[in-house]
Amino acid sequence: MATLTAPVAERGLLARPIEPTGVWSWLTTVDAKRIGILYGVTAFIFFLIGGTEALVMRTQLAVPDSRLVGPGIFNAMFTMHGTTMIFLVVMPLSVAFFNYIVPLQIGARDVAFPRLNAFSYWVFLSGAVLMHLSFVIGQVPDTGWFSYANLTERAYSPSAGVDFWVVGLQVLGIASLAGAFNFLVTIINLRAPGLSLMRMPLFTWTTFITSILMVLAFPVITVALVELMFDRLFGTNFFNTAQGADPILWQHLFWVFGHPEVYILILPAMGVVSDVLPVFSRKPLFGYPFMVYAVASIAFLSFTVWAHHMFTTGLGPIATSFFTASTMLIAVPTGIKVFNWISTVYGGSISLKTPALFALGFIAMFTIGGLSGVMHASPPVDTQHQDTYFVVAHFHYVLFGGSIFGLFSGIYFWFPKITGRMLDEKIGTLHFWLMLIGFNLTFGPMHFLGVDGMPRRIFTYPAEMGWGTWNLVATIGAYIIGLSILVFIVNVFKSLRSGDRAGADPWDGRTLEWTTSSPPPHYNFAEIPVVHARDDFWVQKYPDLAGGHGGEIIASAPVAVAAAVGHDEHVYVHLPDPSYWPLITASGIFVAGFGLLFFMLLLPVGLFVVLFGTVGWSTEPVNG
Amino acid sequence: MATLRQKPGTIVLLALALAASGCTQWADPSLPETTVFPVSDSGGYIQDLYSLIFWMALVVFIGVEGFFLYAIVRYRRRAGDNRIPAQVHGNLRLEIAWTVLPSIVLLVITVPTIKTIFLQDTVPTASAAGGSPLTVEVTGHQWFWEFRYPELGAKVMTANEVHIPVGRTALFELRSADVIHSFWIPKMGGKMDAVPTRVNFMWFTPQETGEFYGQCVEFCGIQHADMRIRLFVDSPSAFQAWATRQAEDAASPTGAQARDGAAIFQRSACPACHTIRGTAARGTTGPDLTHVGGRATIAAGMLPNNYENLIRWVSDPQGVKIGSKMRYPNDVGPSPTEAALLAAYLQSLQ
Amino acid sequence: MEHTAVLPAEAHETTTGLNHRKVLMWAFLGSDCMLFGSLIGTYLVYRGRYLAGPKPTDVFDIPYTSVSALALLMSSLAMVLALAAIQRGDIRRLKIWLLCVAGLGLVFIGGQVYEFTSFGEEGLNLAVSTFGTTFFVLTGFHGTHVTFGIVWLLMIWIMAKRGQMTQARSLDVEIAGLYWHFVDIVWIIIFTVVYLIPV
Ligand code: HEA
Ligand code: HEA
Ligand code: HEC
Ligand code: CUA
Ligand SMILES: [Cu+2]
Repeated sequence: MATLTAPVAERGLLARPIEPTGVWSWLTTVDAKRIGILYGVTAFIFFLIGGTEALVMRTQLAVPDSRLVGPGIFNAMFTMHGTTMIFLVVMPLSVAFFNYIVPLQIGARDVAFPRLNAFSYWVFLSGAVLMHLSFVIGQVPDTGWFSYANLTERAYSPSAGVDFWVVGLQVLGIASLAGAFNFLVTIINLRAPGLSLMRMPLFTWTTFITSILMVLAFPVITVALVELMFDRLFGTNFFNTAQGADPILWQHLFWVFGHPEVYILILPAMGVVSDVLPVFSRKPLFGYPFMVYAVASIAFLSFTVWAHHMFTTGLGPIATSFFTASTMLIAVPTGIKVFNWISTVYGGSISLKTPALFALGFIAMFTIGGLSGVMHASPPVDTQHQDTYFVVAHFHYVLFGGSIFGLFSGIYFWFPKITGRMLDEKIGTLHFWLMLIGFNLTFGPMHFLGVDGMPRRIFTYPAEMGWGTWNLVATIGAYIIGLSILVFIVNVFKSLRSGDRAGADPWDGRTLEWTTSSPPPHYNFAEIPVVHARDDFWVQKYPDLAGGHGGEIIASAPVAVAAAVGHDEHVYVHLPDPSYWPLITASGIFVAGFGLLFFMLLLPVGLFVVLFGTVGWSTEPVNG
Repeated sequence: MATLRQKPGTIVLLALALAASGCTQWADPSLPETTVFPVSDSGGYIQDLYSLIFWMALVVFIGVEGFFLYAIVRYRRRAGDNRIPAQVHGNLRLEIAWTVLPSIVLLVITVPTIKTIFLQDTVPTASAAGGSPLTVEVTGHQWFWEFRYPELGAKVMTANEVHIPVGRTALFELRSADVIHSFWIPKMGGKMDAVPTRVNFMWFTPQETGEFYGQCVEFCGIQHADMRIRLFVDSPSAFQAWATRQAEDAASPTGAQARDGAAIFQRSACPACHTIRGTAARGTTGPDLTHVGGRATIAAGMLPNNYENLIRWVSDPQGVKIGSKMRYPNDVGPSPTEAALLAAYLQSLQ
Repeated sequence: MEHTAVLPAEAHETTTGLNHRKVLMWAFLGSDCMLFGSLIGTYLVYRGRYLAGPKPTDVFDIPYTSVSALALLMSSLAMVLALAAIQRGDIRRLKIWLLCVAGLGLVFIGGQVYEFTSFGEEGLNLAVSTFGTTFFVLTGFHGTHVTFGIVWLLMIWIMAKRGQMTQARSLDVEIAGLYWHFVDIVWIIIFTVVYLIPV
């Protein structure tokens, strides 16, 4: 009991900040919803940057023998494009939803460790900025997003580019780990009464499992990065072939992380789709328990398949066969998910509003990417496809057709909840179709290019190879995607200014986030809800449907909403005050990273700030 | 079919039709690096497997996407529709079905896959039908390939262009002098990485004579794009003739220009990096130039091998292939006249 | 409507009844397992593969290292006693046992510092061979963990001295203890893999 603790007069090093608005309030916020918005906006800005890098590549590749940009710039472009899209776009965009939506979905007022949550964001931003400082000094990472050793050793990559990549990723890893711990504990410990595991919305489930994947996968790449950094800074021999080191070690470490990572990228999007489809089909998610088991088995299996990225390194037939089998196996739970989604639509009443369009697009496109994945899983076939555009096609179908479509579905779905305004349906539909067409024009032909033997990561190709036509089509497609993004941006600004008011429950939702106002008050729920069923809100709205029969929408439904939402002005819920410490501690990490890259003397300064921040943090009165 | 008239359905169908017509166009046997028209035994095994998997995947694709589109079109909500559909939560039998059926499909793919893995894993030996395999030692360098033929004598060494006889198994021993590269000639079959500190093997028996393209397919630094391979599958007699010529030392230059070029070569920086057998040049950083005049291309497939391009290359290798390891001390290369003489000499090294 | 202040961060009633920070520590230890797993994996890959410098058999002094390993193991026992003390409300014994744990930890670290310097004198360092690289980085990472643990325990000791540690805060000690035991167990594995199993 709180009262048992002797209330020693506690005073922190700094008084807790109090401003409710303005820049300082954002810098010191510990409110998961605000942090979610920070994550989301930052990720979107990086999406524009990563997308612009892609457009540079596509423009260069549009015609054969092009010399628009040289190999130096091109190599930097694909490295930063891949790294940005994965670590600075899809992951933080997912984390934005974890922050905003998960506490709402589980009926909590905040996450378990609000300050740690703010810390994650500031560290994430530090890592992203550190990596992009490489553009300022003109030595951009240029060894690819998986930066295979020993090309990354100083002997072969003397420029500082790799250093920026290594330090940036390490800092980003700290942010991911901190965030993952937080969501793990939040979902384990902060569920509303009655919200048992098997009643959790699927998005909460995928957040949970994704967090576990992050907790287990990120240490592995951290070790790989530390080893590489030591090689470059202190002359160790982890990947120094002159001392007999085996560069394949890097590949093992990277892909032990890297394959779970691709599921870290897709599972949140799958969660979004699993929550969106039932709402727009007015029908519960088909096979809920199987969906949950499937997510769990995908996560488990994802740690057993890493060497399918290494089929051409000479693993030997036994290992190769093992990794073939495990990789094939992972298609089974994924198939279960696809079939359950389709069955959710089947027999329902699917409304083709934008969130649903993107969710349906996700299923259609992800399946294509999954099938080409299975084709790679056959090692003899993969020796013809590895490092060609066939692989590039595969992973864009799962990453763009999957993750990005899924996350856009989430943006359209939850935008009203977050802003209180609806996104425009007409513009949204235009966005969807432009994006779907542009996407298929860009990445569909890459299958053909791959089969025609076009390697990836080449800055140009001779005309006699016959790859010109499809490359031109792909480039046109990429610009159509770019156009669709502009349409989306217009939609956001227009809707923020003059979009329709959303109300608490604009989509006839099923889960707890729709029971509170849009946007929710800072304490989320005046009264912590008590959950009695899966899709609790829906069951409350339509109690007569419990028997499983269909029916008509009944007039009483809106009343149920109003009752659930009702919160009055007198509510006073005390939440943790803002704090300076997350920002201070994170800035210490930034300074330390900056020191590693530019000026070693700053390293101890940064570490000292981290120490200072940690002490201040742990002695800050929690209940200021 | 009034329902299909609806916009979404039509557009998706149109897209599918477009994609299908695309599929018929990609398979063009005249493309130099196509992966689906193999002309070797090893490429054939892969192609068989690929066809099986491709058709299986296509069937799954059409089945799943077709049913999905049907479900969307059939069950889409019409304006003013307030109906709430039957609240179906799941179906155990269906769950079992779609666990088992894909597993069967996957098994059908996995079994021949594993068979092929083992089939391709037995390093060919002398007892194999076509006689003993021809061993070719391959070393990847940033950014060119080096080939040696122990069987034809320690001397036979060439760069970027590899000759093998038709119908005889060629066994490639892959090494790297610096970073990881990957050796790939698409029409002959799959790729294999050349990893420093390791030796990897790859082999195939070419079934047709001709000139085949390949290239490095593991990102290996700035000039990864221009690290190409040319494979010449010769008739046995043509191969023998080629091999005999390669075993010889460099021809002593005839003609005034070539002679002057040879002298310039020897007193410039060139011998520090290049070997020309029969002369004092013994460098090993760059490709062996003993018979460079006989190659079809220079600089790892970047330029056709002719007088003008040799001048261009020798005068300004960094301008032609930025980042290349061919650098002159203090970046001072031969003068234009010297370059022309060098080119004449290099051309004479047939 | 009146609502009492409920702080999510310190809410006493959690869904599982487990304290947030304790769950966090368990998750962290799971993560740390992967960290040490990768480092040990790296060490194993390069075991017996060195082109230069001293070999393991040239430098290892197994009896010596066994003694410092024993010190670390004993510290776990002291940790258990420290926790038991605070759970009884016996702050005096808590302080004694905490000092014991930290002291034994320091013995271990001292031993490691000595070992590192003597290996260095025999020509083994980070740069000389893959053995040097993997040995120092693996054991160094572990040493850093131990050092961190010592600082943590001493901070609790200072708080106890200032009268800030009460029976009600035994959880703080329990969580530090979880960490400490984990670091100990990891050493048993490292000691076995690095020192005991012959190459
Ligand atoms: C979101 C990310 C994501 C996802 C979900 C996946 C999913 C899968 N991936 Fe992919 N993959 C990547 C991202 C992803 N991948 C990336 C980024 C790379 C390249 C990295 C790089 O080199 O840069 C890559 C590369 C890659 C390779 C290495 C290729 C190479 O470099 O040579 C392989 C090889 O096996 C592979 C396989 C698979 C498989 C089998 C799946 C499966 O999980 C797919 C399962 C899904 C389905 C199969 C579809 C739905 C199922 C049904 C409808 C049931 C019926 C189906 C059957 C019976 C077959 N992937
Ligand atoms: C989630 C991940 C993700 C996403 C979304 C994308 C999106 C895109 N990708 Fe990429 N891609 C990767 C992950 C991703 N990619 C990875 C991991 C690699 C491997 C890298 C490596 O090999 O190391 C890769 C590699 C890769 C290649 C291969 C490069 C090579 O091997 O040589 C290509 C080539 O076409 C490509 C293209 C594109 C295109 C055209 C898009 C488009 O969809 C992008 C669309 C977005 C936009 C067009 C932005 C909109 C911008 C504007 C509208 C302009 C406005 C600008 C301002 C206001 C500043 N990507
Ligand atoms: C510092 C080392 C170095 C020096 C000096 C050097 N070369 Fe080279 N040379 C190389 C390398 C490395 C390559 C391979 C370049 C590539 O394809 O990326 C090469 C390639 C060539 C080629 C093309 C060979 C082929 O088969 O593709 C020719 C011809 C050549 N050099 C001629 C010369 C001449 C003539 C000189 C002196 C004037 C010279 N080189 C000096 C390193 C050197
Ligand atoms: Cu060599 Cu790429
Ligand atoms: Cu993978």
